[in-house]
Amino acid sequence: MEAIPARARAYVVCVVLGALLCLLPLPTVHAPWWAVALLAALYAGCEQIARRRFAGTFYPVLLAAAFLLPPPAAALVPLPGALFSHVDEGSPWLRRCWRAAQLALAVWAAGRVHWALGGRNAVVASDFPYALLPALAAVLAFCLVLTVLDGGILALAERTPLRRAWRGLFPRSLAPIGVHGLAGLMMAVLWRSPYGPVAALLVLLPMGVSWWVFAQYHREHAAHQATIRALVQAVDIKDGYTRGHSERVGQASMMIARQLGMDDSRVEVLRFAGILHDVGKLGVPTRLLRKDGPLTPEERRVIELHPEYGHEIVRGIGFLGEARAAVLHHHERLDGSGYPYGLLGSQIPESARVVAVADAFDAMTSTRSYRRARPVSAALAELERCAGAQFDPRMVGALMLALGKYGWRPAVTADEPPDLVPPAAPVPSRPGVHR
Amino acid sequence: MTRRRNLLPLTLIHTSAALLATTSLALTLWTGLEERGVALAFGVLVAVGELSRWNGTTGLGLRETAPLGAAGALSYALLGADAGQPTHHGAFQVVTVVVAASLVGCVPHIARGRSRTPDHLARRVLTVGFAAVCFQPLYSQGMFGPWGGPAYALLLLALLSLTALCDAVLAAALAHSRTRWPFGPLLRDELRGMLGIGSAVCATGAVMALAVAVVGLWALPVFSVPLLLTQLSFRRYAAVRTTYRQTITSLARSTEIAGYTPAGHARRVAALCQAVGRDMGLSEPDLTVLEYAALMHDIGQLSLVDPVPAGATAVLPVAEQRRIALLGGAVVRQTGVSPQVAAVVERQADPCREQPVSARIVRAVNAYEEKTRAGGPGGPLQALEELRLGTAGDYAPEVVEALARVLSRDCLTLPSVG
Repeated sequence: MEAIPARARAYVVCVVLGALLCLLPLPTVHAPWWAVALLAALYAGCEQIARRRFAGTFYPVLLAAAFLLPPPAAALVPLPGALFSHVDEGSPWLRRCWRAAQLALAVWAAGRVHWALGGRNAVVASDFPYALLPALAAVLAFCLVLTVLDGGILALAERTPLRRAWRGLFPRSLAPIGVHGLAGLMMAVLWRSPYGPVAALLVLLPMGVSWWVFAQYHREHAAHQATIRALVQAVDIKDGYTRGHSERVGQASMMIARQLGMDDSRVEVLRFAGILHDVGKLGVPTRLLRKDGPLTPEERRVIELHPEYGHEIVRGIGFLGEARAAVLHHHERLDGSGYPYGLLGSQIPESARVVAVADAFDAMTSTRSYRRARPVSAALAELERCAGAQFDPRMVGALMLALGKYGWRPAVTADEPPDLVPPAAPVPSRPGVHR
Repeated sequence: MTRRRNLLPLTLIHTSAALLATTSLALTLWTGLEERGVALAFGVLVAVGELSRWNGTTGLGLRETAPLGAAGALSYALLGADAGQPTHHGAFQVVTVVVAASLVGCVPHIARGRSRTPDHLARRVLTVGFAAVCFQPLYSQGMFGPWGGPAYALLLLALLSLTALCDAVLAAALAHSRTRWPFGPLLRDELRGMLGIGSAVCATGAVMALAVAVVGLWALPVFSVPLLLTQLSFRRYAAVRTTYRQTITSLARSTEIAGYTPAGHARRVAALCQAVGRDMGLSEPDLTVLEYAALMHDIGQLSLVDPVPAGATAVLPVAEQRRIALLGGAVVRQTGVSPQVAAVVERQADPCREQPVSARIVRAVNAYEEKTRAGGPGGPLQALEELRLGTAGDYAPEVVEALARVLSRDCLTLPSVG
């Protein structure tokens, strides 16, 4: 973690001063102090569990405090939890103070709004549906304070433009905080009911389980992505010199798809199509893949089986959708001279036409053991020359436009082995006829 | 393949559920509905919960497939007041409303021909009936009057825990009579599943009953939102689990396509391993680890330049077997599957005394599969005999015995899993 800039430190000090200002009227406030202590302990406990089991914070307790207590007392509730939280990165005390001050300000603002709208009486009298209105306003205030403060620190510490820092934050956090707000409201109402705090604590259990499931989903999702990667790495084990090729083809396919205006889910599927297009090489004998020098016609025929092998491997994976067709057909050519089926023009699935262009582009612009990499402009000129006969001109055009806009910065740097083999093999006569 | 079922518990449960439902229906028709608004609101809640139910998948550790429906039904069973006014619906009305609403919510599921619907309904009717019969008569006699306040909330919670226990026993009994898997581990898995979503359902049921008693029916929508979200994220979780499983199966098939192992080997070994693991009483998470490890046990062969003849690793020298196992473990570690799976794959060639139980199962079942294939028509029996002779060193005796039990139960063919 790099050092925190001085202006960010100054900003944190200002926020801490603001939080202290909120706490100033405390001596004059009449609050049930045992409730403050109980809620604060509860929040600290939840925070400890939340850190270990799932990422993210647990707001229902804080919002319940905002609905139950006078604003300055409510602002006390997040302090122990935030000040004793576990921080992995550098300057832990600055981060803890920042977290505590930010939450104290947000809770204070929520409590203030709730108080002003008469939410407290509505909670005590359990006056529904009116009680929902101040609660909603309080949630909005809470969310607004959090995002404004977060955006500020992002802008100062990481130099993100203010507008960009703020744009996504608010709508993204509103829905989860809204749900936490409903739970907080129920907690507050039950706390004030004859059934008391015991019943209020029960509210936390379903919320906790809900969050746990959410975290499980994310963990499983990440594991799934890692497995896809493993499929690709299995190819890398066999085929030494295409390292990083799959990821880059995935990226180029994604750029083309986005340029063609496809929707996000389709773009994602095409990225997978690019990543997995050569997975069938798992089925090709390792000796052939690693052979230096020209291939005999039989050997070439064996290698040309890889799209069918690949389709055989991925056909059972439901979510890949049209990516499976791309794996099967990425060596087809518009004039019908490709393999495995020799499809013509529009018979070739669109996804396969995208991956074919991306594949040829990356093959030309990366170094292989038998030749050096060509510059991007030369590769594009070559693609353009072959558009119509081999490639779909629409895809080639989209790739050129996308490259013109964003440039070609492959995310995965090719960790090529140092040039062990001098470029002895003949340069392939056509682009796309690479192994 | 027909599988003998132990039908007694199944019929018993279904008959008593049907009996309870018809009795309550008749009695409610006789006496008429009390507090129609409340009944309607809870009915709608249960029906919505059932509508959004997903098809129960075993092996996910997700026992309750309709948490919203379950929580709604339980809270209606435990409802004693509405916005401060005592309610007068009896236990039979509770069962009637829940049955009617569940039936309405189940129509799409039945139309799509999902098989588990009758079991699901029977469980729901019996558990709700249990909770309502425990609570409503005592409540209407004013037995809980002196309890008041926090003690009352705790009482509801205790009652719900009892109900959950009863539900777990029912579910395990149903699964046992359908699959003839041993009852003990099934019950243990049910109880473990209870800790997650089950506890949330119980807590929500209690909280909803209390909240309706305080603020009236407004509490229902406020509370359904978090539970509905839970249900949605469970569904997404289940979906990603499914695709994950598909990906692993495909990864496992890559050795078959590469010609290192015969077609279908990994899948057959995985199915048989699961049956053996279940027979030995492994828990649900352990069975998942076992399944993944069995699917990927040959993945190390991808690192070989030339295939092993017929993919048969069991006849290779021990050092070579270990080398392939270690290579496989390295590939599995990269896949992001839990490290336990990698450990099982890595240690499948170790002497059986040093292995964890899953690795023992994978080793014995893999050897059985390879020997069966090599042996022709008399292969299965001969392979089992060879394994029995090998129990002195290579194969764990308890695993071989479990394998023999599974095979004799299924006439020496592979069981249809599910």
